[in-house]
Amino acid sequence: MAALEHSAGLPAGAEPAVAPLPRLIRDIPPAAWLVAVVLLVLPAFSNSFVEAQILGWSFILGMIALSLMFLAGYGGMVSLVQMSVAGLAGYMVAILGQSSIPTISLDWPWWLVVPVAVVIAVVFGTVSGLLAVRTAGIYTIMITLAIASAFFYFTRQNYVIFNGFAGFNALPAPQFWGVDWRHPVAFYYLTLFWATLSYGAVLYVERTPFGLALQGIRDNPRRMAALGFNVNLHRVAAYAFAAVIAAVAGILLVWLNGQVSPGTAGIGPVIDILVIAVIGGLRHPIGPFVGALIFVVLRTFALDLLTSVGLAGERFNLLVGLGFLAIVFFSPDGIVGLWQRWRRSHADSQARQSAASHPGGP
Amino acid sequence: MASVAQRLSAAGAGHAIDLRGVSRMFGALAALADIDLQVRSGEKRAVLGSNGAGKTTLFNCITGDFLPTAGRVRFFGEDVTWYPPHERIRRGLRRTYQISLLFHGLSVLDNVYLACRGVSRGRFSLLRPRRDDALVHAAEELTDLVHLDALRHRKVAELSHGQQRQLEIALALAGAPRFILFDEPAAGLSPGERAELIEVLQALPSHVGFIIIEHDMDVALRVVESVTVMHNGRIFKHGTPAEIESDPEVQELYLGHGHA
Repeated sequence: MAALEHSAGLPAGAEPAVAPLPRLIRDIPPAAWLVAVVLLVLPAFSNSFVEAQILGWSFILGMIALSLMFLAGYGGMVSLVQMSVAGLAGYMVAILGQSSIPTISLDWPWWLVVPVAVVIAVVFGTVSGLLAVRTAGIYTIMITLAIASAFFYFTRQNYVIFNGFAGFNALPAPQFWGVDWRHPVAFYYLTLFWATLSYGAVLYVERTPFGLALQGIRDNPRRMAALGFNVNLHRVAAYAFAAVIAAVAGILLVWLNGQVSPGTAGIGPVIDILVIAVIGGLRHPIGPFVGALIFVVLRTFALDLLTSVGLAGERFNLLVGLGFLAIVFFSPDGIVGLWQRWRRSHADSQARQSAASHPGGP
Repeated sequence: MASVAQRLSAAGAGHAIDLRGVSRMFGALAALADIDLQVRSGEKRAVLGSNGAGKTTLFNCITGDFLPTAGRVRFFGEDVTWYPPHERIRRGLRRTYQISLLFHGLSVLDNVYLACRGVSRGRFSLLRPRRDDALVHAAEELTDLVHLDALRHRKVAELSHGQQRQLEIALALAGAPRFILFDEPAAGLSPGERAELIEVLQALPSHVGFIIIEHDMDVALRVVESVTVMHNGRIFKHGTPAEIESDPEVQELYLGHGHA
């Protein structure tokens, strides 16, 4: 918008004398630049706990929730399988790379493990999509929840590949370019990079033919078919795209925690991802990251807060649940929706004020 | 034109739409019963009939939204009976819907752009279209054609009913249509909008034929050269507009006693 207003003063057809920045860059609002600068210099002012356990973890959960937001917000498909896709990618890192279980782990180098893990997880996400796209609404939620539960129980009961209940421990994060990537500052920048990349990718794809077609399918699948689009193929492709983001996040997650077990993608975490996406907002790709930060902060500090008022500390889910209820009740499009509405009403009231102070004005 | 003619002769048929013995059952109810219908390439045809006569079901069987229970559907000589809707659209068949089926979360231009993109390559493209993209231009021209150029960047949800009907038409004209099915395009339009609609229909290229379902006789009979009357899922009468208008049986059945 700012770009449009800027060029509005020029006569029609006239080009500004300075070579214009690419539209993509011009369209970034000032607030986003501010957030970017804050995020980049943050490690200078924070401690390692905040970098890895608060922000690093938020970026990772935000990415998994972003993959859900992409499917739900643009495609109208609420998929609960995204955490399982991330979990499988994490498992593949343990199985193909190094872990405390040398009888299972293949000890491949990380640069081979990562792409293979992503491919396997994306295949899983795409096949889940193939099963899910024939359903709609509540049935999509049910079938993806069923796949997620199946994945959880399978990993818990399979000892040959997934090492059953215990899962894998002592997973190393890679070391290259002379950097130990589990060092909090390095890990912070690693997650920041991938979170920004996924966020930018989703924002970019929104306006591509594929992204527009997906939104058309969300609004009206039957009409999209009548326009010549293969609706189910687009939906499956959307699952594949979302699975790439979830898979990368899953790899970062096991590098952060150094372990992966059935509980990583248990029913609890699966629902958490949905809660994160809904709290943040499903309309805009920033929503999942806002939701993830709120979730992680609550999860980390609710214990202290609750014990200080005399409640059992493990009841942090109570706070998350109450927050979820409040959001669903007051702002179905999440915190980001709340913020957008506040800004709009603020702008309206300002416009009214200026109109009142200049009654003769245009 | 030449290529259309060549494709026609290659297909060995002069009919754009050729239905043989088409039936469609909903449970025990025959919405369409043994329909034979031929429409020439470039022909402008109206389908009249009271509510429940099977007009929209007829459209759905031609476009593939429903599959017929029995019978054959040919489009420019090609048997498309079992083709999914998107395959028929890519062969040049278009339709509008009686109830607007638009993308309410997207802008007017995006709606038309999707319609243009649906019948061209690059539907899965992960690259944003450039400003000088041919399909963006085509979409802009179509919004001009239906007088929505001032509203290009509005979301469809903010459009009036009449504007949504006009957008429906723009979507149907996207790409290179060879035959269009209009399902009550004038329903709910103001007299001014109706005049614009008639203008758009009359301005269609002569090789583009259409079938129009329309209750408004003034609109229907001004833009078509032949009329088919349906009743209870069957073809009841067929003739020129003048013949149908003066046909006593049709007047009795459809136009009502007080008409004409």
